[in-house]
Amino acid sequence: MPEIDSGTTAWVLASAALVLFMTPGLAFFYGGMTRNKSVLNMLMMSFSAIGIVSVLWVLYGYTLAFGVDAGGGLIGDLSQLGLKATTTASATNGLADYVFVAFQMMFAIITLALISGAVADRMKFGAWVLFSVLWITVVYFPVAHWVFAFGTPLEEGGTGGAGAASAYTAGTGGWIVSKLGALDFAGGTAVHINAGAAALALVLVLGKRHGFGRDPMRPHNLPLVMIGTGILWFGWFGFNAGSALGANGIAGLAFVNTQVATAAAMLAWIGTERLRDGHATTLGAASGAVAGLVAITPACGSVTPLGAILVGLVAGGLCCLAVTLKHRAGYDDALDVVGVHLVGGLAGTLMIGLVASDTSTGSTDLRGLFYGGGLSLLGKQALAALTVCAYSFVLTLLIALVVKAVIGLRISEDDEVTGIDQTAHAETGYELGGSLGGMSSALRATSDATASHQRVSS
Amino acid sequence: MRLVTAIVKPFKLDDVKTALEVFGVQGMTVSEVQGFGRQRGHTEVYRGAEYAVSFVPKVRIEVLVADADAADVLEVVAKAAQTGSIGDGKVWTTPVEDVVRVRTGERGVDAL
Repeated sequence: MPEIDSGTTAWVLASAALVLFMTPGLAFFYGGMTRNKSVLNMLMMSFSAIGIVSVLWVLYGYTLAFGVDAGGGLIGDLSQLGLKATTTASATNGLADYVFVAFQMMFAIITLALISGAVADRMKFGAWVLFSVLWITVVYFPVAHWVFAFGTPLEEGGTGGAGAASAYTAGTGGWIVSKLGALDFAGGTAVHINAGAAALALVLVLGKRHGFGRDPMRPHNLPLVMIGTGILWFGWFGFNAGSALGANGIAGLAFVNTQVATAAAMLAWIGTERLRDGHATTLGAASGAVAGLVAITPACGSVTPLGAILVGLVAGGLCCLAVTLKHRAGYDDALDVVGVHLVGGLAGTLMIGLVASDTSTGSTDLRGLFYGGGLSLLGKQALAALTVCAYSFVLTLLIALVVKAVIGLRISEDDEVTGIDQTAHAETGYELGGSLGGMSSALRATSDATASHQRVSS
Repeated sequence: MRLVTAIVKPFKLDDVKTALEVFGVQGMTVSEVQGFGRQRGHTEVYRGAEYAVSFVPKVRIEVLVADADAADVLEVVAKAAQTGSIGDGKVWTTPVEDVVRVRTGERGVDAL
């Protein structure tokens, strides 16, 4: 019977809860950025992701991602359908299997939720739900297998995989982690490039918001954005340090790298926009922090804290420039999922090929260009990043076209202008009186009385 | 009686209110409004994108006065609201036929 290490299991349990908390955090981060007529729809897309993915994960998601490799490192088999092969006694390298199931479930949830920022204000809620089921099944579960399925635990005398997969037999898991040997510690490819490329494909089919490029569409609640950013930052320690799958020095390294890269990226973003636009904005600080979190996600286990600062600075500056691309190219990525997650994910994943250090990776074979490792690691990183990007973009495009053909993707222009909260969910985010006091509540009381009278008499 | 309506820069509201109180006006109504005059709107940059803002925020002040005071009140408001730069706003008066004080039922000049 495999042994369960209590330190490892305790830390990953706590990390799983931290990662779940990121999705409500993301909901607030995105929700504050929308206009006040679509805040609830934005929250609902994140919370529905929690609902849909949790259930599918247990039914068949876990087995497609983490069942025994069905061949070529492309997808898992059905040996874990309904988690049938998992018991309270089963464990892998000291970690109770149920805890790993929970931890990775949270990754699947937030990856789907990340996409929702791009479609703000205008996507039918039913279309989002159908898209969610198709996308998580066809795109996320296989890609999670490529990147996160380490394979079978290393036996004595066997050859381990690269980086985080070193305690597993090479070639027995997903192709990116187990065969190619690219480094993606916590999901720069499977989570961020994947969600960013999907967001781009989805908005190309969905189309632009009414008034895009003409109206400012400023965030309606920046304090909410900052609360969301704080929750994301906090939860991300579970995401990154938890991905060490152990309570150890690697987890500590990932934790420190996550902190400094995020700090550096926030500074780089507000510095860039101060130079470009004349103001350091709150939204810029929030976006910069998230860009740093995104970029350090793949790199947090393979760079030194000095390397992490560099990753953060590059990601913060680059993403700040990238969010203006949508205006020039004419695609309406409403809350900058492409500019932050795709660009930040690519930056972090590729920079591993430059600044990976053998003091962090523990192997002189795993060094970036700047540390004398030549171009081989950079090449592997590029192949992993571009494959995930292309797969996600093409498959998402097809899924979006299917959903559009079957039930339609968009609400009517009338409903969009009125506000999707009211037209799709029959609610509004804020039931507040006017800024001058009782006037508007007095008016509402009058109209409510009229409405109830009509209901009784009709 | 006349209604004096002033559209002024929001930061001049305090000055206008004080000047009107010093003059002896008994009440006023204030609202936040948006619009443009000959200054037109302006452009602003947010998150790297430039937008046209066609309506500029202003404050509208309304004061009911007796016919005899109308010209002076117009003068007082215009003087208090003036900065000399573009976008200072406008003040005008319109005739008012009748006024009732709701609490007492007083009418006309007595209701002011």
